[in-house]
Amino acid sequence: MARSLKKGPFIDPKLERKVLRLNEGGTKRLVKTWARRSMISPDFVGHTVAVHNGNKFIPVYVTENMVGHKLGEFSPTRTFRGHAGNRKDAKKR
Amino acid sequence: MARIAGVDLPRNKRGVIGLTYIFGIGRTTSTSILEKAGISEDKRVKDWTEEDVVKIRRIINDEFKVEGQLRSEVQLSIKRLMDIGCYRGLRHRKGLPVRGQRTRTNARTRKGRKKTVANKKKVTK
Repeated sequence: MARSLKKGPFIDPKLERKVLRLNEGGTKRLVKTWARRSMISPDFVGHTVAVHNGNKFIPVYVTENMVGHKLGEFSPTRTFRGHAGNRKDAKKR
Repeated sequence: MARIAGVDLPRNKRGVIGLTYIFGIGRTTSTSILEKAGISEDKRVKDWTEEDVVKIRRIINDEFKVEGQLRSEVQLSIKRLMDIGCYRGLRHRKGLPVRGQRTRTNARTRKGRKKTVANKKKVTK
């Protein structure tokens, strides 16, 4: 079910503060975060956010198209290595 | 013959049903179109007058996106998902269900016909 409009989008407050501070200073650096549930707000565009996937941080360069998605959508939590005996797939990794 | 949005409508069906043969028009849209045009839902497609058809055509043209235009819009949205590399895009790329359905069984609509894999050989001593 979609989120109630009444509440507005959820953007992790701490992360937002951090990004806004970066915007003010005009600097860009990797921001590590665990807030996969946070919506990407327009302020994030152009930044690179390292999103935790449970194991490590996946760097996500935020473009305009990504606004409105959640950070977690860009940091896959599962690795599919192909099925047994499927040589072609296994080699790719 | 009623030809609307590049689709030939079935002549012997009721108006509401006939309109649903256009991609992008279902029962709800169909009902509202006919209501707006002031044509009875039960009027058969073959009984529509030339004016009826013109009215319907105008409403569809002005208010709805149908057929090719709609199809390309859908394709573009999917392409956008794939390009930004989000989870839904990855699922589209792999041809797997996008909305969290199980894939251990079923999911044949997305995955296509069953591909049987030969049994793994048993380890012999």
